[in-house]
Amino acid sequence: MAISEVTVKNATLLAIEEINAKGGVLGRKVTPIVEDGASDPAVFAQKAQKLLQQDKVATVFGGWTSASRKAMLPVFERLGGLLWYPVQFEGNECSPNIMYTGAQPNQQILPALEWAWSKGYRRYFLVGSDYVFPRTANLILKKHIESRKGEAVGEEYVPLGGTDFSSVVTKIKASGADIVLNTINGDSNVAFFKQMAASGLPPAKLPVMSFSIAEQEAKAIGPSLLKGSLATWNYFMTLDSPANRRFLQAYQARYGKEAVVTDPMVHGYVGVYLWKAAVEKAGSFDVDKVRKAAVSMGWVETPLGRVRLDVNQSLYQTAYVGELQDNGQFKILWASKEPIKPEPYDPLAFPGKTCKLH
Amino acid sequence: MNDIMGEWAFFANQTFNGLSVASILALVAVGLAMSFGLQRVINMAHGEWLMLGGYMAYLAHQVLPLPLYLLAALPLGFVVGALAALLLEVAVIRHLYGRPLETLLATWGVSLILQQAARNAFGPVGVEVAAPTWLAGTIHLGEISLLGEISLPWVRLFVIGLAAAALMGLAAFLRHTTLGLQLRAVSQNREMAASLGIHTRGVDAVAFALGGGLAGLAGAALALIAPVTPTVGQSYIVDAFLVVILGGVGSLGGAALAALLLGLTSATLQGLTSVSLAKVILLFLVVLFLQLRPRGLLPSRTRALEEV
Repeated sequence: MAISEVTVKNATLLAIEEINAKGGVLGRKVTPIVEDGASDPAVFAQKAQKLLQQDKVATVFGGWTSASRKAMLPVFERLGGLLWYPVQFEGNECSPNIMYTGAQPNQQILPALEWAWSKGYRRYFLVGSDYVFPRTANLILKKHIESRKGEAVGEEYVPLGGTDFSSVVTKIKASGADIVLNTINGDSNVAFFKQMAASGLPPAKLPVMSFSIAEQEAKAIGPSLLKGSLATWNYFMTLDSPANRRFLQAYQARYGKEAVVTDPMVHGYVGVYLWKAAVEKAGSFDVDKVRKAAVSMGWVETPLGRVRLDVNQSLYQTAYVGELQDNGQFKILWASKEPIKPEPYDPLAFPGKTCKLH
Repeated sequence: MNDIMGEWAFFANQTFNGLSVASILALVAVGLAMSFGLQRVINMAHGEWLMLGGYMAYLAHQVLPLPLYLLAALPLGFVVGALAALLLEVAVIRHLYGRPLETLLATWGVSLILQQAARNAFGPVGVEVAAPTWLAGTIHLGEISLLGEISLPWVRLFVIGLAAAALMGLAAFLRHTTLGLQLRAVSQNREMAASLGIHTRGVDAVAFALGGGLAGLAGAALALIAPVTPTVGQSYIVDAFLVVILGGVGSLGGAALAALLLGLTSATLQGLTSVSLAKVILLFLVVLFLQLRPRGLLPSRTRALEEV
């Protein structure tokens, strides 16, 4: 399990412990069975099959990359299981056997663009790692930048794990961009921000909006390097609400005072509670009944704010733009007016596609 | 291109980027070229000397004041890389000479062990190493040159200078010292050198340690522009082998030339196309070149290599 996935697992287990401490679900204790996908899509598919066929689990929480989700999808559809997927992703998918609690593109990527546009930025440079999420995200971004009459002045991809951004930095300089929209994944971000700073372009001089850097990644990359850079998520640790304060207290009591919490972790945690509520509403653990109950529930208060499952099995949720401070926390600059309705298929990038599940 | 940066300036900048990439590649690959040329050893753990060098920079960064740490990190990276390589040679490789496949598998195992050891010691996520203040910023040549806006980051200039100094040092060592002479003799004709009383196994170990030291030095310098993580060596190992094969197996000059050629070609292609496409075209060009010159740019004419 990669470092980010371990923390999502921890947050998910915390929700299960809390639920068990309060009497479980329908009077039964929830027993978690933990499997490791080893960052290999094929292993994810095998483990999903094992959980559904051997362990006969009621539901599954997890998955990390889109590749892992796409490998598990046919297994869940074939065996009639139910997966709760906690990570923001590129959308363009719609399965009756998956609950997408992580952000759809219109809940993370487009709000970021909306915010940047409101700041007067018109020239956008898109940089990402070379895999499905950045390429799809940038396809959607380009369509929307075009429709707003802005300009995508450059688009570059570096292989996953790549550490040489010299040409990218030169191109960014030459492009005259107002802001960089960054979908680089993992440690490559360290190289990117170091090399930008070395070329005299720290975030303070040229804004960078990142879609894969949360509190945990910021801690690993080093706040000094990222200071002043921006991120868009549906959750920041700095969210000031009673539900978030309670959650942070519980998490840090369980996993250490210094533990940081990120968006996917909270989606993992909230997913368990949504499943519990759906089971109680359905009065049954049966997957089809739980699915139907889940999409007909009302609004609930969570650490993310107010959320509700839409009939397309994704989550209504609020988008926030944050700016990274010295202490590795984000100062929230902007929030969407209300929870945004999830759109699995962007109407500009994937016209004519709809997600009808119920 | 647009009015922000002229086309000339863009390509001048790209050429500089190419030099910067080439200098890193040369430092990484020259050690591989030595061990491969001298002992026919494919060392899959070579990337981990870089990783060790990076962590040495981190340790120096932790205990020393910011302006000074780099001056300690570079020799530290060199020494630790050299010692680790020496240990590997004595403990593993020495017992597997003449068995390339077993060596490849054993060193790959060592590479995994070292990565896990780094994970256990420093945690699975990267550690933070910042460039010292005297390397911050850029030199603007905009006013001087006719090319327009050209800015050279100090960090990259430093790495280029370091690579040039290290390679010149290595050349001087091979040319002007007894040990260097023995090393060249062994690489040209092992049996003859042995019969003249040269302790070939000792020479092997020294060459291996020297290669590891240079990679450790490169790792410490790389910490300025790249992440320091347990797996950082993995992203350089393939390119390093590419340099060795393109340069001509066993030829240090060839490796340096190949690094320069690859760095500049890669930067030019990245400037003309995109980063991901440039990689594809570059590999295609290398394959094409090796069809025409299977023994690389500067093949060393030694008897030892004739059976390769």
